[in-house]
Amino acid sequence: MISNDMNLFMIFLSACIINNILLIRFIALCSFFGLSNETETALGMGMAVIFVMIMSSSVTWIFFHYFLEPFNLLFLRTTVFILVIATLVQLEEMYIRKNLPVLYRSLGIYLPLITTNCAVLAAAFLGIDYKLSFVKNVVYSLGVSCGYTLSIVLLSTLRERMRTAPIPKYFLGYPIAFFTASLMSLALLGFSHLFGL
Amino acid sequence: MKEFWNAFTNGIWKENPLLVIILGLCPTLAVSGSANDAFGMSLALAFVLIFSNIFISFIRKWVPNDLRIPLFIIVISTFVTIIDYSMNAFQPELYKNLGVFVPLIVVNCIILGRAEAYAYKNTVMNSLADGLGMSIGYMLVITFIGIVREISGNGTLTLLNHQLLYLGDSYRPALIMIMPPGAFLVMGSLFAFKKWLNARKERS
Repeated sequence: MISNDMNLFMIFLSACIINNILLIRFIALCSFFGLSNETETALGMGMAVIFVMIMSSSVTWIFFHYFLEPFNLLFLRTTVFILVIATLVQLEEMYIRKNLPVLYRSLGIYLPLITTNCAVLAAAFLGIDYKLSFVKNVVYSLGVSCGYTLSIVLLSTLRERMRTAPIPKYFLGYPIAFFTASLMSLALLGFSHLFGL
Repeated sequence: MKEFWNAFTNGIWKENPLLVIILGLCPTLAVSGSANDAFGMSLALAFVLIFSNIFISFIRKWVPNDLRIPLFIIVISTFVTIIDYSMNAFQPELYKNLGVFVPLIVVNCIILGRAEAYAYKNTVMNSLADGLGMSIGYMLVITFIGIVREISGNGTLTLLNHQLLYLGDSYRPALIMIMPPGAFLVMGSLFAFKKWLNARKERS
């Protein structure tokens, strides 16, 4: 469990490896299996997630602590968060397209996909559930998104190798990807309780 | 009436949301470590899916095409908030087990997918049937996974808060089945089984 009295490195490590969002917590699996056919796509998606997740979890944190809590509107949390994230992704896309064309060429097509990526929303919810301070929340979302990138890139490299492997007919496609993910998850499970986390 | 029945049975097998369209994997894998949680999750999802389907199909004539996705999201998140608060009040233990996956129903692809692909284009009655069928299809698969994982990984079976089965102290459970890798393993085997079934059907 992550709490506010852990130091920044521990929060990062716990979010990235020990509670890996894809392989241990099972959030955002659609993109995990959908976009891991090629390493380049997986890396692009991972970078876009890092970028959006840090921005959106900071903005939702500010919204939650300075808008929802003082006005006692906690029941609007789900609605407000998803609308804030959707708007933010749109704004970011426009900004990047206009001012950073190089970045847009590599991340552009992934940005709209992120609105429906549950990892971004989940990181915003979890950061607030763990009662983290602002800086720790940013580090937490950095850890979560780095963990996401790490596992999606690893799975995509494995799947590229598997294309030449002799796989039984009925296991082609999704089943073998699930078995691979199972073994990866087993490997990450080896890190659990590291430093008593 | 025939159309109603078709929309209903479609979701259970032919277009099963998990096995055929492969949507909504996250909660399926995350909460299926115990059959009780899996069943509770599918009930929460059924509530949101059925009511958002009915409501979206009811307002579909007044929804401008460009604004439909934000409006769908607002409708869905309202129902998610209702189930979030009711579950917290009436089933606190289940709510604690499901954790962040209850508010995350709002980004569950099944619900937005059905709103976009079905409820926005069909009548209220048919959307109700579609919501029911999809929910039952989802419920059958997730509860099946929950039962398999709980029996093999824990040696017990609990449904609706009643313990139905206890395999005794001499049974040594395969602990990995209730841990994260087991979820991927069961789901992958299920997909392979479905592929084998389809191939067998084509041959005959």
